[in-house]
Amino acid sequence: MECILGIRFNDFILLAADTIDSRSIVVMKHDVDKFFPLSKNLLMAVCGESGDTTQFSEYIAKNVHLYKMKNDYELSPRASANFTRRMLADSLRSRERYNVNLLMAGYDEVEKKAELYYMDYLASMMELPYCAHGYGSYFVLGCLDAYYKPGKLPSGVV
Amino acid sequence: MARRYDSRTTIFSPEGRLYQVEYAMEAIAHAGTCLGILAKDGIILAAEKKNTNVLLDDENFFSDKIYKLYDDMVCSVAGITSDANVLTNELRLIAQRYFLQYGEPMPCEQLVSWLCNIKQAYTQYGGKRPFGVSILYAGWDKHYGFQLYQSDPSGNYGGWKATCIGNYSNAAISLLKQDYKEEISLQEAKALVVKILSKTLDTTKLSPEKLEIASLYREKNNTKMSILKHEEVKRLIEDQERVEKEEEAQKKREAEARPST
Repeated sequence: MECILGIRFNDFILLAADTIDSRSIVVMKHDVDKFFPLSKNLLMAVCGESGDTTQFSEYIAKNVHLYKMKNDYELSPRASANFTRRMLADSLRSRERYNVNLLMAGYDEVEKKAELYYMDYLASMMELPYCAHGYGSYFVLGCLDAYYKPGKLPSGVV
Repeated sequence: MARRYDSRTTIFSPEGRLYQVEYAMEAIAHAGTCLGILAKDGIILAAEKKNTNVLLDDENFFSDKIYKLYDDMVCSVAGITSDANVLTNELRLIAQRYFLQYGEPMPCEQLVSWLCNIKQAYTQYGGKRPFGVSILYAGWDKHYGFQLYQSDPSGNYGGWKATCIGNYSNAAISLLKQDYKEEISLQEAKALVVKILSKTLDTTKLSPEKLEIASLYREKNNTKMSILKHEEVKRLIEDQERVEKEEEAQKKREAEARPST
């Protein structure tokens, strides 16, 4: 399964994703963009069932944009994440569920801090300093557990 | 002439008026006064209690006319009480639904706007009468700080620095125009509220039983609302009476100092 990962530092977040769309050993596309910007301060990285990913991400992005049009101010990262989780949770308990895992990174202008939200296809959500989805997580999480420090980037590691 | 066009809400009159909406506003003009003042560190809402019957059991409920909608907002109503109950219940539901969806408190104007869209629907479809209630909303949110809104049966709403609804609201508003100052503090606003009400209400003398004053303020990143206690209201009224006596005495002195014709 595709890998996306995110690391939160003091006032910025790094999100990374692979660009492969594959089914088992067949690589169907190798230039996929898995990032969906929701606003000036919000970025979402999505992986999972292809088709669901685009549909769901565009739905969330347009709803976030609609909020801004209606109210003149934007949704905060926490509110957007809660909204996204609510949409995932509702769809999970009805018709067909959206089979998507995502990471949402945002910078809250009011509270002046960076927030990274991890959400999986069962609509569980957590604000974390670092997280990853996919097979890559097995490799990366151990590294981050050992070397993560919020204040600085360890040299030579991305 | 008007009779032909006023029996259903969904019809305009030939002059382009909605009579049912106007009649609803008439109902409110006879109801107990509500006054709201926006201070720089909070908001004061004051309401005239019309039901002061001694037989009423008033020990076990929060308030007659002031309702808490959610942690960051309260409202006060003027008009038909049963209509008000339905609307405040709806306001509470709307606020909690927002909180369920977004995980943070609903911004004030959005709540007012949402309810006003519902109120407007009752003036356009359904064949039902409009709600005979005007509402004063006092709230805080992270976008615009303290805010005071007023809505009426037509579904219109506006943001105010100070306003009044119900009985004698016109007199109160003209007094507010003179006496309201931009950077007023919460304490000054409490005194101003008592001053305005004592000058506009019909009763010969204000008393704490007839008045309900609530203040909304922020403390340590939380919004708090408190209804002023009996003693504090009494003290504010006494202070106001003292000021009035001094003004009267001053006027008398000036009249005597002037040479008579």
